[in-house]
Amino acid sequence: MSFNLSDIFKFPGGVHPPEHKVESTTQPIRTLPLPKKLVLPLRQHIGHIPKILVQVGDHVLKGQLLAEAHGHVSAAVHASTSGKVTAIDEQVIPHPSGLPDLCITLEADGKDEWLKHAPLDYLNMERSELIRRIAESGIVGLGGATFPTHVKLRPDAKHPVSTLILNGAECEPYITCDDLLMRERADEIVHGAMIMQMLLGSTECLIGLEDNKPEAVVAMNAAVAKANFNAKVVVVPTLYPSGDSRRLIALLTGKESPAKGRTTEIGVQCFNVATAQSLYRFIAHGETIVSRIVTLTGNVAQPGNYDALLGTSVRDLLQAAGGIRDNTDDYVMGGPMMGFSLPSVDVPMTKAMNCVIASTPDLFPPPPMEMPCIRCVACADACPVNLQPQELYWYSKSSNLEKAQEYQLFDCIECGCCSYVCPSHIPLVQYYRYAKSETIAQERAKRSADLARIRNDERLARIEREKLERAKKHAERTAKSENSGDNNEKKAAIEAAMARAKEQKETITPQNVENVSANVAAEIAAVDAARVQAAEKPE
Amino acid sequence: MKFSPFFTTNTSVSIVMLKVLLALVPGIIAYVWAFGSGIVVSLILASATALLAEAAVLQLRNRPVMPFLLDGSALVTAWLLALALPPIAPWWLVVVGTLIAIVIAKHLYGGLGQNPFNPAMVAYAALLISFPVIMTQWPVPLELTTIKLSFIEQWQYIFNHVLPSGVGFDAMSSATPLDYLKTQLKMHHTMEDIHQAKFFGMFAGKGAEIVASMYLLGGLYLLHQRIISWHIPVAFLTTLAVISGVFHWVNPAHFSAPLFHLLGGATMLCAFFIATDPVSGATTPKGKLIFAAGIAVLTWLIRTYGGYPDGVAFAVLLMNILVPLIDANTQPRVFGHSK
Repeated sequence: MSFNLSDIFKFPGGVHPPEHKVESTTQPIRTLPLPKKLVLPLRQHIGHIPKILVQVGDHVLKGQLLAEAHGHVSAAVHASTSGKVTAIDEQVIPHPSGLPDLCITLEADGKDEWLKHAPLDYLNMERSELIRRIAESGIVGLGGATFPTHVKLRPDAKHPVSTLILNGAECEPYITCDDLLMRERADEIVHGAMIMQMLLGSTECLIGLEDNKPEAVVAMNAAVAKANFNAKVVVVPTLYPSGDSRRLIALLTGKESPAKGRTTEIGVQCFNVATAQSLYRFIAHGETIVSRIVTLTGNVAQPGNYDALLGTSVRDLLQAAGGIRDNTDDYVMGGPMMGFSLPSVDVPMTKAMNCVIASTPDLFPPPPMEMPCIRCVACADACPVNLQPQELYWYSKSSNLEKAQEYQLFDCIECGCCSYVCPSHIPLVQYYRYAKSETIAQERAKRSADLARIRNDERLARIEREKLERAKKHAERTAKSENSGDNNEKKAAIEAAMARAKEQKETITPQNVENVSANVAAEIAAVDAARVQAAEKPE
Repeated sequence: MKFSPFFTTNTSVSIVMLKVLLALVPGIIAYVWAFGSGIVVSLILASATALLAEAAVLQLRNRPVMPFLLDGSALVTAWLLALALPPIAPWWLVVVGTLIAIVIAKHLYGGLGQNPFNPAMVAYAALLISFPVIMTQWPVPLELTTIKLSFIEQWQYIFNHVLPSGVGFDAMSSATPLDYLKTQLKMHHTMEDIHQAKFFGMFAGKGAEIVASMYLLGGLYLLHQRIISWHIPVAFLTTLAVISGVFHWVNPAHFSAPLFHLLGGATMLCAFFIATDPVSGATTPKGKLIFAAGIAVLTWLIRTYGGYPDGVAFAVLLMNILVPLIDANTQPRVFGHSK
């Protein structure tokens, strides 16, 4: 594969892990038989949890909205087949925490009947209306980041987008779902990109692929030519993590997105190729997102890519891939560089699930004993963010979190390059994750302590203010009554009333004071005396 | 539960150290060829002492002995120290030096990865200050002497101080060219006259310049294997060449030529094996350049004006002190940051 190096820029660091992509690219994308049960987690994206619109017992059709986007950053969830809602409860989801989260369970009726849907007349639609409709589509970034797509397509007057980038780099080892998608559905991807281009008003479109996908490059080039679309397919050298959006933007444009800002600040917006394809399916066919391509590889009988309905359990997925082979001890979601061990094989497939690797102790052996850091800086040479991982490690290990932040801990993208090359086998990324969560927890605690202090200060101030106001009012009233002559009548009236009250008070004998002990009688007398005293005392 | 990344490269501290040892082999072979087998005795002595001391201290510190013994770092320290000491020194000098390096300079600071100073250089400096006479008696290159001790005779001399009959110590020892040069310059001899001395070779000490070239070869292997980066050797050698070159150009009668500095003394050993010690050296790219240039300047100053013939050890130790400061002030720009 040849590429014109003059068009390609560089990012710092990077590593060349073994690719293991061939295993899953020998077969075309296959579909799965319809599962009996589908579990749809409400949180399959970054942002707010969507609002549930159905109840247990409802019959729903494929593509029907089950929960709608709620809040600024949120994404909808749809029924991925027709059937009955059998439960809305917490179940274990594919998340590193292994904690349960709210899910909607569907029992498939076997008909797989679509809700009536039609193409969107997007050319004659107000842009805001179109964005609103896309928000209903449930489309999120399918490269694994799962950021709601409609949010990234909203027009931003402050930061106009001039360059649209489609990410087809797929730099993680083992994962090939984007590769296969580009080989087989390049036309749909390119049409999706054209819609994105129109929505963003960008003038340039670059499609980035690593040079280990020659078939996909050919397919994408053909599709671009066929659509007569003014896009450029750029082939970049295979170097992990070129598929990280900011690294890919740097490779294709030579520009670095600001660390604390968005890529739109340099006029670039980046989407995964599968996201573009889903957008096309929604606009051109009205299909909401109900399925995705997932790579099933590792220790399975038939590794490959499968077009599977969202909510299908990983167990069913692996069954379709010919089942797992002996010795499988773990299931990794995502690639080996950034993925995580699934808490259970019964978790459902989500929009984020691009790959499941059935692993064995031979495939991913436990790391050797951790040795001390010898400051060889192999990690710094490999870091694609140009951080100093050896310093971050030192400060994270000693919980010197302020110092770690000074060395830009939060710029770490957790790509794993540093851990990958470390001769001392230090799980560096784990240290950074710990330091990050610890910093966030401390800041949260500090914020709530600050809030409590502010509240208390304000309460004290309010009490003081009210006291002053009362004193002022009282002073005003006294001054008024003394100054005005025709108040004498009133005064006399008040005095008369007070005398009456006093008389009444004296005649009324409180109950339960007759047959009391001497002690209690004494107490009552003391309280009465105090009352009299208090009444005499001015406020 | 395992965490990402689920696999790593097939490297380890042991492999890194093993490659460093391997890179020293050509230099050692040249050493034996030029000065006889005495150095092998020193290497064996230093290695044995280092491994025993390392094992004992690890045991005392309740650390796993085998993994740390096999990491090879103690052997690297031992070899570097042995190569820096005169090979005709008595056995106890090597043993005491190695103990200083391993016990004091390495483990008292916390062991592997924790020592702020280069352990071999700490030991070298301690020995030089404590035993200046022994430390400046070097063997005469084999080319210039008819006395060729066998390996056994070397062994006997180093352990028992017994020389074969008819051989005097003075016949087989001499000062180093750097030492000689300094003394002669003080006596107001010109550089030209001094270089007429028989133990001067083409550029530097006879034999020693060949050994230095072999260290250079080993260093290139380390560069190729990415065990070291180019920054330190290039900055060190360039700075030393430039500074000595300028002074030599101004006054060739009084200042040595750049090649004499580059191939003489411990320059090449320092450039590729000592200054490049990752633990005690600077880590940032810019920091490495400053660190190495600093060592070069100090080396040249000590060689030219100081009280010791070679300045590498003190130069390295002095720059070791500055490493935290250098690293903190040479942080590279992080991706996406303006500065």
